[in-house]
Formats: sequence, structure tokens, C-alpha cells
Amino acid sequence: MTAPPSAALLRSALQSPPSAGEEGTSPSPKLRIEVRNLSFFYGAHRALSGVSLPVHDREVTAFIGPSGCGKSTLIRCFNRMFDLYRGQRAEGEILLDGRNILAPDVDVTALRARVGMVFQKPTPFPMSIFENVAFGIRLYEKLSRSLLRERVEAALQAAALWEEVKDKLSHSAMGLSGGQQQRLCIARAIAVNPEVLLMDEPASALDPIATAKIEELMEELKRRYTIVVVTHNMQQAARVSAYTAFLYLGTLVEFGPTEQLFTNPRDSRTRDYITGRFG
Amino acid sequence: MTPRGFRYLRRKAVNASLLTLSAASALFGIVFLVWILREVFLRGARALNWAFFTELPAPPGVAAGGMANAVVGTLLLTALAVALGVPTGILAGTYLAEYGRKNALARAVRFVSDVLASSPSIVVGVFVYALLVKPLGSFSGLSGSAALAILMIPVVTRTSEEMLRLVPDTLREAALALGAPQWKVIVAVCYRRVLGGLTTGVLLAVARVSGETAPLLFTALNNPYWNWNPLRPTGTLNVTLFNYAMSPYDDWRAKAWGAALLITLMVLVTTLLARLVVSRTEIGRS
Repeated sequence: MTAPPSAALLRSALQSPPSAGEEGTSPSPKLRIEVRNLSFFYGAHRALSGVSLPVHDREVTAFIGPSGCGKSTLIRCFNRMFDLYRGQRAEGEILLDGRNILAPDVDVTALRARVGMVFQKPTPFPMSIFENVAFGIRLYEKLSRSLLRERVEAALQAAALWEEVKDKLSHSAMGLSGGQQQRLCIARAIAVNPEVLLMDEPASALDPIATAKIEELMEELKRRYTIVVVTHNMQQAARVSAYTAFLYLGTLVEFGPTEQLFTNPRDSRTRDYITGRFG
Repeated sequence: MTPRGFRYLRRKAVNASLLTLSAASALFGIVFLVWILREVFLRGARALNWAFFTELPAPPGVAAGGMANAVVGTLLLTALAVALGVPTGILAGTYLAEYGRKNALARAVRFVSDVLASSPSIVVGVFVYALLVKPLGSFSGLSGSAALAILMIPVVTRTSEEMLRLVPDTLREAALALGAPQWKVIVAVCYRRVLGGLTTGVLLAVARVSGETAPLLFTALNNPYWNWNPLRPTGTLNVTLFNYAMSPYDDWRAKAWGAALLITLMVLVTTLLARLVVSRTEIGRS
């Protein structure tokens, strides 16, 4: 567990001037991603305005807030998921290792290889368990059968699913339970060796036991990956994350070390939300 | 009797009469279907024998021979129509569901496809006559297949589109989030997810065109001999049935019943196959 940075460092990270075009000049080695003055539009509707926050390397950063606050919109900017839909656009900057990933010349495919994503509902592909995990690997690498097997096994191990599926790798992934499917999706995402893992309410469709497994897994995964998680569940954010951002009505109300945000929020709206007065 | 009790009785009476009416309507339709099937089976079964499937048509008035050439011709023409129509239909459906969605071209294609689906097949026959038969200078199996393919395309297009639309966007996003290109997402994830539905669509389209005779009259015409050249007139069960049924010869009319039974069985088998595929795949289960 890394100690939370001082508020001063945080402020400087948030307020440092934009460095468009300058590559590899991240202000702190501990910062992986920097969101700078990000606004997002669904057509004419503005869903995010002027969001700035840092994401620390190999830590879990949680986005919380009531429905419609923009937390899912924000996380979907990190891998340019919004590119799929016409009329959706982002303004501002998201620096990944100092490079603006919102720039038009960014290779979105390469970006998505570095920034993996797990969705709210488990999304197993209609193929075998093995093929699900191998799908992503095959996009980037041509491996021999045995090497591929090793990689698939390693990913399933890392997602704490190997023991449950090792004897039925050729079975359809659709036959797994919801919790297993979600861990399969995590295995599939980490099989391509991303640096950042985005999780959009990864446990909201799961029962408490499956949820606990996912949370344990996040604890494990943050040693290797920078994790950004959107969650509806404040206890979950408190349990798994080192930093938390509270969003409300498309703006970032408060960002800080999770403990501080939950025990001593600076903004009254944050306090109202985490004590359950709205949301 | 209380008003409430009266209303209750009235409701029961209305319910009973509506139930009777709808059941009677359903029975009415089924009676004719069973009647037709019974006649076709009884009269057709007598005509179906070994020679029917192995011999060429005999001269008029001679009670012998079969229509082996027409059986094969129907199968070949249908196969060629599938080869022409199915890829076109599936790709068009893919455009509508995956790429076009709501743009102007997609809307136009959808509209035209619906018009085509409900246009009389004889019009398609005349169209292909002008498009292929006239320029090529001969009736031909190829133009017959082209006419059938045109009839299949709207059916396959719409079922492909409907099936692909059942694929949740989250599944596409999940594949794209791994960095997969869109074509790969469509082929490896979406198609695989709706394989059963696509197969059903194709089989139903085949069943739909198996009974078509009018477009073949203008295109494949007929041929009482073996023909393996797609540019020559080709005999089919449907056109042979049409000619034989209108003929004054008892034997030909008996054989027409045989052809009718065979076509019915082909449609039946295709439809059953489609149902089997549906029940064995995701769509059937969900």
C-alpha cells in the first residue's frame, strides 16, 4: 500500500498546465493517467464538464456518484469507447504516460491493447472458455498452440478462475455462472497484457459471494495493473480503492485518498452522498 | 342478481364465445391444410416409385418414365440460388445491423427490401427474363437461379438484420475494447452468436422459393432431358408439375401429384430442419 500523496502534490498534479505535444513528460512517476479539463458531449447534451483528476500507477482509483453523474461516461473515455457512436465527443485531454489519448492521431486499437475494460454485465463471447481468453491474444500475437495454452492458463490463474474451469476449457463460456463469466472477462482483458484495467461496475450484476471474489481479485491485480473502477457501491469503493473521485451532475466534486474522502470529505455534497442523503 | 354478478356472467359469456370463435377459425384453416396434405399424400404416393427418381420423362401417353432430370434440376437451381442469394442477403443484413443502422442508405435498403419481399414472384420472373434471358438468347438454369436468388435476398437480408440486432451492444463493445477491428467483431463474435438464426433464415428462404413456379416459367423454362449446362433450359419439379397437371394424359397428371408430394416433402424437411436448428441454439433457449 503506497502512502497517499500530500494534498499539495495532488493540487499541483491537478493544476499543472497542459503539455500538449510533449511526450513522456508525466509530472510524477507515480501518475499513470492525467485527466485535464475533460468535457464530454452526447450530441448537444453535456455529460461531463471540466473534469481533471490523476490516476495513480498500480493503485485502484474508484469513481463514485449517483446515477447519471457521468462516472461511466468518464471511464469510457479512457479507451475511447465513445468513438463507436456518432455524436459523442470529448474535449480536453487524457494523458496516458504523458500522451494525449484523445488526440485524433492516436491508434485506438493500440490504445485498447494497453487499456483493457471489463463491463457491468458479463460479456462472454459465444465460444469456448479457452477461445474466449485466446481471442484477445490472437489479435496481437501469433503463438504456437502450447505457448497460447500457457498464456490462457496464466490469465485464468490471474483471474482466479483456473481451478474452476481447467477441466472444461473447451466447454461453452455461456454455461458458466455470472460470477465465473465476469472473471472470465477479466482473464480475457488481462490476457493481452494491458497496463490499465477499466472496470465499469464489474460486480453490480453479481451476488455477494461473487462480488467478494471480484474484490479480492482487484486487490491482487493492482500489483500489476493500474485499475480504474466505477461503482455504485460505496462500501466497495471504500474497500478496494486507494483514491476516490466523487462525481455529481457531470462535474468532479471531490477527489482524494479514499480514506480521507470517506472520513473527512471537504465538500458538503460528498458528505451528503456518502451518508446516503441522496443518490 | 347483483350487478356485479351479472357482469361476471357477461364476462364469462364473452370469453366463451370469443374462445369458440377463435378456435373455430384456427380449425377452419387447419382443416384445409390437412385436406390438401391428405390429397397430396394419397395421390402423390402412388406416383412415387423408383423410376420416378431415376428415369427421364416418357413421351406423352406412355405410362412409364419419371422425372429424374427435374428432381436434380430443382436441387441444382436451388443450390445455385442459395450461392447467389445467401451471401448477398447476409452481407446486406450485416450492413443494416452493423454499419448503416439508421443512416439514409440503410433506411432506403430496408424499404426496398420490404417492397421486394412482397412483390409478386412473376414480376421477378419477367424482370430476369429481360435482364438475362433476352441478352443471353436462351432460357437457362442460371437465370432461373437468379430469379430465385432475387426472391431470397429480401428474406435473408431481413432475418440476418433482425438476428444481428439481437446481439447486445455490450458484446460488441467487449470485443472492440480488446482492440479487435470491427470486421473481426462481426465475423468472430456476432455471426457466431446468431449462427442458428442465420441458418434458420437461409432455410426459410429456401423453403419460400422451393414452391415458386411463375418466375421459372420465364427463366429456366423446362427441359425433358438431362442438362448440366447452366446456360441451357433446365427442367424443375415445379414447372414439370405445372405442365403435367395441365396435360390431358392420365399418367402425366398422376406424376404431377408425385411432383407435388415431393415438393411438399422438401419444404417440410427444410422447415423442420430450421426448427431443429432454432431449438438447438441460443436463440431457441433464450
